[in-house]
Amino acid sequence: MRESIIMKIHYGTALAAIALVAVHILMRLTQGFAESLEYDSVIANYKFLPYAGMLEIILILLSIHGFNGLRVILLELKQGQRYEKAVSYGCVAAMITLIAYGSRTIIMVNTGMT
Amino acid sequence: MAQTPTLAEESGSTPFSSSQSITLRIARYNPQHDSVKSFMEFQIPYEKWTTVLEAILEVKKHFDHSVAVRYSCRQATCGSCGMIINGKPRLACFTKISELNSNVITVEPMNNFPIIRDLAVKFDRLFDTHHKIKPYLIRNDTEITTNTKEFLQSPEELEQYIQFSNCIKCGLCNSACPTMATDSSFVGPQALAQAYRYVADSRDKGKDNRLKIIDDSHGIWRCHFAGSCSQVCPKGVDPAMGIQLLRGYMLGFRS
Repeated sequence: MRESIIMKIHYGTALAAIALVAVHILMRLTQGFAESLEYDSVIANYKFLPYAGMLEIILILLSIHGFNGLRVILLELKQGQRYEKAVSYGCVAAMITLIAYGSRTIIMVNTGMT
Repeated sequence: MAQTPTLAEESGSTPFSSSQSITLRIARYNPQHDSVKSFMEFQIPYEKWTTVLEAILEVKKHFDHSVAVRYSCRQATCGSCGMIINGKPRLACFTKISELNSNVITVEPMNNFPIIRDLAVKFDRLFDTHHKIKPYLIRNDTEITTNTKEFLQSPEELEQYIQFSNCIKCGLCNSACPTMATDSSFVGPQALAQAYRYVADSRDKGKDNRLKIIDDSHGIWRCHFAGSCSQVCPKGVDPAMGIQLLRGYMLGFRS
């Protein structure tokens, strides 16, 4: 993939994440902080699919943005064909792993595994 | 290796007859047999108009002819005498001692360039990246195939790129760039500014070709807009602005 496309995705995910994280924070402000972290409250959030979907999108946006940022830092730190390939594929793998792990929580709640 | 010879110890005459003098610290390093950089100190008299290059040449003439320094035009046109003067990349021929407001002047080779010896550095990477961005007008219709003698341009079209054509390839911008310090494959502000110079030229038809070249994992996107390249340019070129304008083309804000 061309670097300009990657960077457009990088900037796009940042802007989208700002908007969605703002919505997420506003939703949290509707109840007390301690109350929002109670077990039943967290489970209820995950079971409410529109909100769970938004959390999933935030997870994807931040994973893409964060791991691409890490890739850029690592590419500037050291150079070399093998190293750069390892960094790029490593970051994609880590991104997929993190998204899968985060999604697992929502899937578990909604399939009654809790 | 610090030495402090004075002019009084020398039998030769000097063109400077001022009562003012400074301590000139010159970095000495030969990669073939030195492991670390050392400094030699010289007391040099100066006049209001004396440049750092003239002071270095004074050292070469009267104290130590082995000091390696590259220079040519002495009028900020050839871009040969770039070096770090009191911590900042500058042209030695364009920097007056009197304007530095310091009794001690330290000269070192430019950062981000391999050192040949003392103050002389290798320009291979700068010229390679400059060449890579195709620094010439790309057109299919040249005067060889048609009867065209000139490509007309309006003053407004000229204004788009004219400051970038003042680049003398001295390498000060690359020396000041923080990304160049860690990323050995980075194209650098000099080449990117020149890429903009040709992309913004209304006579040029090689925009897509050039944008493809700099759209690389070590290309234009690695600039963090520190802006130090623009601060040190002795010719008033603003590479940081050129890079941002070039990004505008890549993001679709400009065409």
